[in-house]
Amino acid sequence: MNVNIVIGGEAGQGLKTLSNILSKTFFKMGYHIYSSKDYMSRVRGGHNFMSIRIGTEELTGPSTEEDVLLALNKETIDRHKENVTTDGVILYDGEVEDLEQDLISISAKEIAKEIGNTKVANTVFVGALLKILDLELDVTEKILKDYFAEKGEEIAEVNAEALKQGYQAATSQFSLPQVDRDKSEEMMINGNQAVGLGAVMAGVQFYSAYPMTPSTGIMNYIASKENELGIVLEQAEDEIAAINMAIGASYSGIRAMTGTSGGGFSLMNEGLGLAGITETPLVIAEVQRPGPATGLPTRTGQGDLSFVINASQGEFPLMVMAPRTAEDAFYQTVRAFNLAENYQIPVIILSDTFLADSKKNITEFDLDSIEIKSGYLTDEEAAQIDDYKRYKLTEDGISPLAYPGQLEDDVVLIDSDEHDEYGHIIEDSETRVKMVEKRDKKLEKLTAEELTEPEYFGPEEIDHLLISWGSTYGPLLETKKLLEEDDVKVGLLSFSDVWPLPTEKLEELAEDTELIVVENNYTAQFAKLIRMETGIKAQHNILKYDGRPFTGAEIYNRIQEEVIK
Amino acid sequence: MVDKAIYEGNRETAWCPGCGNFPLRQVLVDALADMDLNPSEVAMFTGIGQAPKMPHYMKVNGFNGLHGRALPPAIGMRVANKNMKVIVETGDGNAYGEGGNHLLHNIRRNPNLAHFVHDNQIYGLTKGQASPTTGEEIKTVVQPNGITAQPLNPIKLAVSMEASFVARGFVGNRDNLKMLMQEAIKHRGYALIDILQPCVSFNKVNTYKWYAQRVYELDDSYDPTDYKAAQEKAEEWGDEIPLGIIYKNEDKAIFHDKLPQIDDQPLVEKETDPQDMKDLIKEFK
Repeated sequence: MNVNIVIGGEAGQGLKTLSNILSKTFFKMGYHIYSSKDYMSRVRGGHNFMSIRIGTEELTGPSTEEDVLLALNKETIDRHKENVTTDGVILYDGEVEDLEQDLISISAKEIAKEIGNTKVANTVFVGALLKILDLELDVTEKILKDYFAEKGEEIAEVNAEALKQGYQAATSQFSLPQVDRDKSEEMMINGNQAVGLGAVMAGVQFYSAYPMTPSTGIMNYIASKENELGIVLEQAEDEIAAINMAIGASYSGIRAMTGTSGGGFSLMNEGLGLAGITETPLVIAEVQRPGPATGLPTRTGQGDLSFVINASQGEFPLMVMAPRTAEDAFYQTVRAFNLAENYQIPVIILSDTFLADSKKNITEFDLDSIEIKSGYLTDEEAAQIDDYKRYKLTEDGISPLAYPGQLEDDVVLIDSDEHDEYGHIIEDSETRVKMVEKRDKKLEKLTAEELTEPEYFGPEEIDHLLISWGSTYGPLLETKKLLEEDDVKVGLLSFSDVWPLPTEKLEELAEDTELIVVENNYTAQFAKLIRMETGIKAQHNILKYDGRPFTGAEIYNRIQEEVIK
Repeated sequence: MVDKAIYEGNRETAWCPGCGNFPLRQVLVDALADMDLNPSEVAMFTGIGQAPKMPHYMKVNGFNGLHGRALPPAIGMRVANKNMKVIVETGDGNAYGEGGNHLLHNIRRNPNLAHFVHDNQIYGLTKGQASPTTGEEIKTVVQPNGITAQPLNPIKLAVSMEASFVARGFVGNRDNLKMLMQEAIKHRGYALIDILQPCVSFNKVNTYKWYAQRVYELDDSYDPTDYKAAQEKAEEWGDEIPLGIIYKNEDKAIFHDKLPQIDDQPLVEKETDPQDMKDLIKEFK
C-alpha cells in the first residue's frame, strides 16, 4: 500500500518547508517514505513540485501517479490533473470546474487571516492533508513546535492553531493502515547531505568550491559544520581556483575536497590532471545535471560518465564511483578519501540531481565501521627518512607521502612537469617511461585489490538482466518487482564503482542472458563502457534524456514495449 | 643566520645566460638565509614558465603547479598550516594574465604570503609573445602590429584594491630587492612585489640599461602608509620608475583572522576521530 502526495506551486510559495514538515511527519509516524523534488532554475515564479511517496513497504523511487495533489496555485492543477488517479483528490484554496477527481477546497488564506497571520496558510493545508489521510495531529504538532522554535513562541502558536483549523476543515478520504514498526535505527537523508556527512566523518578539513546546482547542497552541509568541527569551507573565485586550493591543502597534509557539476568540472580538468601527475590525494564530487554547457540546471541526467572517466589530457590513474543511494553515497565518500590518500590519486564521486535531492528512510549509518586510513607517513616514519624522494620508485608504484614541514631537514617537492624521484623537472625518455609506468601500477593494484563488484539482486536462473549504474538503481528495483509479478525471470545488477570497471560478476551473469542497460542519457555511455572493457554487447538499452528521473513503472512499461513485446 | 649553502640547488638551470632570474634567486637565498629560516620551513608555490622553475633550482618545499594557478594552492596551504612561510613565485603571465582572477580575489582575501612576480614584460618560455605588462608599442612575432591591449600597471591595480603590501623591485638593485623580500615575508598579509627583470633573449626594449636609467629608490621622505600618496606613486611609470614599498597597511585583517573556527593549532597537526562526531547523525533522525 502506498500513496503519492504531490505539492505544487511557484518558487517562493514555501514548498520546501511544506515538504520538510510533511516528510518528517510521515517518517516519524513510521511510514516508509521516498521524497523527491522537481524545480525550475529560478528564485520566484515558475512551476515547482515536491513528491512525497509514503507506504507500508520500502519505496525506492518516485511515481508519476498522484493520489493527493496539494495545489498552491491554479497552474499546478492544470499541469498535474492528468496524473492524479481517478480515486485521487485535489486540495486547493478555491473552486475549479470540470475536474474528474474530487476537489477539496480549503479556504487556507481566509483561515490564516482569521488566525491573524497570512503566512500560516500552508500550515492550514498540512492540517487538512493529515485529516484527508485520516492521521492524527500529535506528531506534526511536535515537529512544528521544533521547526518554528527559533522564530519565537507566537509563530509556533499560530502555526499550531492553523494546523488544528485545517484539520477541522477537511474530511477523511483515505485510510492509511497504521504502522507499527521499530524505526529507532532509521534515518532520512538526501544524496548531497550523505556525501557531506561522509566527507566530514572521513576527516575532511577543507572544502573549496564555487556554487553550482545541483552540487551546492554538499557545500551547504559542510559550511553548517564549520564552527562545530573547526573545519574550513572556502568559496573559491571559480572552479579552477577551487580544485587548485584543494590540491594545495592536500599537499599540505590535510584531507581536502571540492565539488561541482559538469560545467564546473569542465573547468577543473587541468587541475584533475595536476592531482594525477603530482600524485596528490583529492576527492571531487561531480553532481551531474543535463548538459552540454548550461543545459538544464535543476534537472537530472547521467550524461557525464564518459567525460569524467576520460577527463583531462594525458594518462593517469583515477577512480570513479557512482553511488546508487544516499546510503551508498555516504560509505563511498568515506572510502573515496581513504583510497585517494593511500593510492595518491584523484577519486571522483559521480552523483546526479536525482540522488542529490531525493530523500528516503534508510538504516542508520553504522558509524562504528568508519575508519580513517591515513596515506601519509606517520611522524615516526618521517623521522626515519633520509634523502626524501616524493616519487620514489617502488614495486606497487606507491611512494612515501610526506607533507611540507613533516621532514625536519628535508623538503617535499611536487611538479606538474614530468619529474624524477625527487620531484625535479626532467625531459629524458628513460625517467618519463618509469614515471608513467609507476603511476599506472597504482591503478593495477587498486583494480586487483580494492574494486567493489556490483550488487546483484535476483535468482540464479534468469532470462533478463537489468543493469544500472548510480541512481537508476532505486527505480529499477521497483521495475524488477513489477516484472516478477508477471513471472519474468529477471535480475538486477547495480554498479557503484564504475571506473575502473569491475567485470567479474557481470561476465558471470551475462552468459545466456539478455542484458538491458538502463541509463539517464542519450548515447548509452555505460553500455559502451561495458563493451569496451569486456566485449559484452548489451541487447537492449532503455534510455531517457529529458532531464527527469526514471520511475519504476515507466521502465517496466518500456521493457514491455521494447524488450519483451 | 642559516648557512646559505643549504638553499643552493645543484641542478643545471634552463635559464639563458644573463637572465634576470639568476640575480633574483641569489637575492632570495640571501634574504631567506638572513632571516634564519630553514628550507623545510618555507613552501614555494609556482606556476609554469621560466621563473616558476625556481623551486627546482634551490632547496625549498615546492609546489610547481599549473600555469596561472600558483595562488590557489597557496591558499590551501594557508588553511592547512598557518606556520609555514609561504612564497608564491610567478612570472607576469602567470600573475597578471592566466591567473588574473586569482590575483583579484587573493588581494581581497589578504592571505599571509609573499608573492614575487618576475616581471620581464614578455613571455620568455613560449619565445617572445606579449605579456599583460608588455608596452603597447612593442611588436612581437604574434603581434606584428603592436599590442591590441593597454599594458597593465600591476602596482596601480593592487593599490587601487588596497592590497596590504605593494612594492616594486629591480634585480639590478639587489640590496633594495633583498630588503623588500624580507619585508614582504615578514608582512602579515598578502605582499606583492612586482620585480623588474630583463629577458635578455626576447625583450630587446626593457633591458638592464633601460631599467637602470629609469629606476630610483624611494627614500624615507615617502610614507607608504599614506594611501593618497600611494595612489599617486602607483601612477609613476616611464621615465621615472619608483622602487620600494609603494603601499602598506598592517592593520588590515588577514585571511586567517576570518577563520575563527580554527584555533592556534595548525589543522595539519590535528587528529580527526570519526567516533567523536557521532552526534552529527541526530539531525537526520
